[in-house]
Amino acid sequence: MSTTTTGTTTAPLGSLAQRVLRSRTMAALTQPHGVDRYLELVNPMWAAHEVRARIADVHREVDVPGHPPVATLTLEPTSTWQGHRAGQHVQLGVEVDGARRTTRVFTVSSPDSRPGDRFTVTMRANPDGVVSRYLTGRAAIGSTVHLSQAQGDFVLPDRVPEHVVMISGGSGITPVMSMLRSLQRRTHRGRVTFIHYAQSPEHQIYAAELADVAASGHGIDLHLLHPELGDPALSPAWLERLVPGYREVPTWACGPAPLIEAVHGAYDGSEALHVEYFKPPRTGGGEAGGEITFARSGRTAPNTGESLLVQAEALGLRPESGCRMGICFTCVSRKDEGTVRHVVSGDESSLPDEEIRVCVSAPVGDCTVDL
Amino acid sequence: MTMTMTNPQPTAEEAAGTKRLTAEQLERLGEELDAIRQRILADLGEEDAAYIRKVVKAQRGFEIAGRALFYLPPAWPLAVASLSISKILDNMEIGHNVMHGQYDWMGDPGLNSRMYEWDNVCPSDQWKNSHNFIHHTYTNIVGKDRDIGYGVLRMDEDQPWHPYYLGNPVYALLLMVFFEWGVAMHDLEVENLVSGGRSLEDNKPLYPGLLRKMRRQAVKDYLLFPALTGPLFPLTFAGNAVANLVRNVWAFNIIFCGHFPAGVATFSIEECEDETRGHWYYRQLLGSANITGGKVFHLLTGNLSHQIEHHLFPDLPARRYPQIAEEVREICERYDLDYNAGPLGKQLFSVARKICRMALPDRRKAPQDDVVEPVEVVTEPTVAA
Repeated sequence: MSTTTTGTTTAPLGSLAQRVLRSRTMAALTQPHGVDRYLELVNPMWAAHEVRARIADVHREVDVPGHPPVATLTLEPTSTWQGHRAGQHVQLGVEVDGARRTTRVFTVSSPDSRPGDRFTVTMRANPDGVVSRYLTGRAAIGSTVHLSQAQGDFVLPDRVPEHVVMISGGSGITPVMSMLRSLQRRTHRGRVTFIHYAQSPEHQIYAAELADVAASGHGIDLHLLHPELGDPALSPAWLERLVPGYREVPTWACGPAPLIEAVHGAYDGSEALHVEYFKPPRTGGGEAGGEITFARSGRTAPNTGESLLVQAEALGLRPESGCRMGICFTCVSRKDEGTVRHVVSGDESSLPDEEIRVCVSAPVGDCTVDL
Repeated sequence: MTMTMTNPQPTAEEAAGTKRLTAEQLERLGEELDAIRQRILADLGEEDAAYIRKVVKAQRGFEIAGRALFYLPPAWPLAVASLSISKILDNMEIGHNVMHGQYDWMGDPGLNSRMYEWDNVCPSDQWKNSHNFIHHTYTNIVGKDRDIGYGVLRMDEDQPWHPYYLGNPVYALLLMVFFEWGVAMHDLEVENLVSGGRSLEDNKPLYPGLLRKMRRQAVKDYLLFPALTGPLFPLTFAGNAVANLVRNVWAFNIIFCGHFPAGVATFSIEECEDETRGHWYYRQLLGSANITGGKVFHLLTGNLSHQIEHHLFPDLPARRYPQIAEEVREICERYDLDYNAGPLGKQLFSVARKICRMALPDRRKAPQDDVVEPVEVVTEPTVAA
């Protein structure tokens, strides 16, 4: 099922070359564009500052007919990759059909990596997801993707506690899997309670590896549950039976919103709990109304249906703006979530973390903008 | 006056004659042009991306070749030519257009209007304010569009004459030679400092960015690259200066052909109050002029040879302008609007004539005083109405 790269690999630039390329003199010589804008024209795997990676392998983890497949990509990063800590994620941008670069966040699924190390990301091909569908279905081995450095503080502490609990659901298994793999590599001697919810055994990501883990034991207490097939759902009583005094046990949880809500409820504000969940695209009902939130200034108001710029100004905010007709791009801001309609074209867009011109974007339903 | 055509007689009939479209016609004009815009936006994709990447690659190639050829003294003219082309491509087809947001849809930070910096002493953020916002929103509104004469020249009869303007041709020549520096200083609004409409205090926030950009450009072109060629320092220094000069002269000439040839209309603040989208399009159409020429010429002008199309659709990739020019021309014919286009020589001659003519007081107006109050400039009452 897995295909391995047969393309040429590029040796990372030597450290002397890297020092020269990152020097102030080189920056002064290549300004205003910067040295990476020249290097990329020679070889996309040459970089002094930016991070890119070549897809070395695509491996289908789960492929249930009628359901979106799950795949693991092995990425060979440029020498600029600074490594990651288990549980962190990375922004991954692809240019579909050579044009629009779209960037999404994916969790690193391989154990802790050092600078320049290969690593893997695991993703479900979201039916509406441009990036995940492209990467799992169409991306060619050897093609280049754009990366950020690893981000996020959903990580294990340097000194790992004696007993940790990991709770995950669906593709939320990826960060805790990275943690589990790191602990195994670090030969963690303590106890790990690993609880995972999947739709069915066929939907189980990393099934073979988890079976090995279950078989070889070593302090890892594995629970793969399928509530749709009658397994118990997450509840305080069930958790208490499994891990007495669980509220005091350091816990990392990642998964879809309902699972995270249940976990929050069960832990009741305990400081031992660390959670991570992903932001799904939210679509409005197509009607004006709902509530707009200007995140940076912390202002909220009912959506009047006017452009976001007008509504921001009505609240006393003074965002940067220019032409007020969508031509000068002075007012471009990040929409965190929600749907906006372009006031001229009528086009609607619901992508999270999208750059929009607030002067010609009117919210449809709830909307959050970084203003 | 409602509208001043730059040909000699802004009579009542003509002023009335140029404002030909009814509100309903303007609305329809706006809809037709919006339709072109939507069609192109929906069609943007791989070809546009491949095109701009190809231009970028060519520009970087010319740049590296130019810098390298300075090591071969006999190739000096070639080095200068190569570097000049690099700077022209960087500033015009790439810089100007990328900073308009024409390629923001690609999501490539290297081609994003908010991130792009050009090989020019004017900081991109300051240029984007005066150009993308002020000039493109208030195009050819006398008193609002500071690109009419750039605060230095008299380029329109509605700018009252003053003895200062006797130097019009000299100022134009100086602006041409030092064009990038002129562009960089544009946001300081020196003319408004003189007239008292702006204080030095207002400029303070602009200085750090401006000085930083000027220093970086100067260090690169006049210190580091010359120094890297060792004993050839003076030759490389001179070559870089010439390349900057060539770009200055070229950019100045192309840009002046965009709004200043005879026949291009200017507008008053009053007639653009509460302007509709249709009237904005109408103003862009009549306020711009094209230069005809071949493919390479259009590329080297950054497609500003299609100034009309650029002003109608400033955020559409410039390579699309030649494709839609025919359609725009056809629309102009139907609405009986001027589509001002001519070869470079003709447009340049027309601009030069205007620069010289505007140096002198207006012969057709009532006997003028030597000194005109600069204050009444902008909101001059209509002659025609």
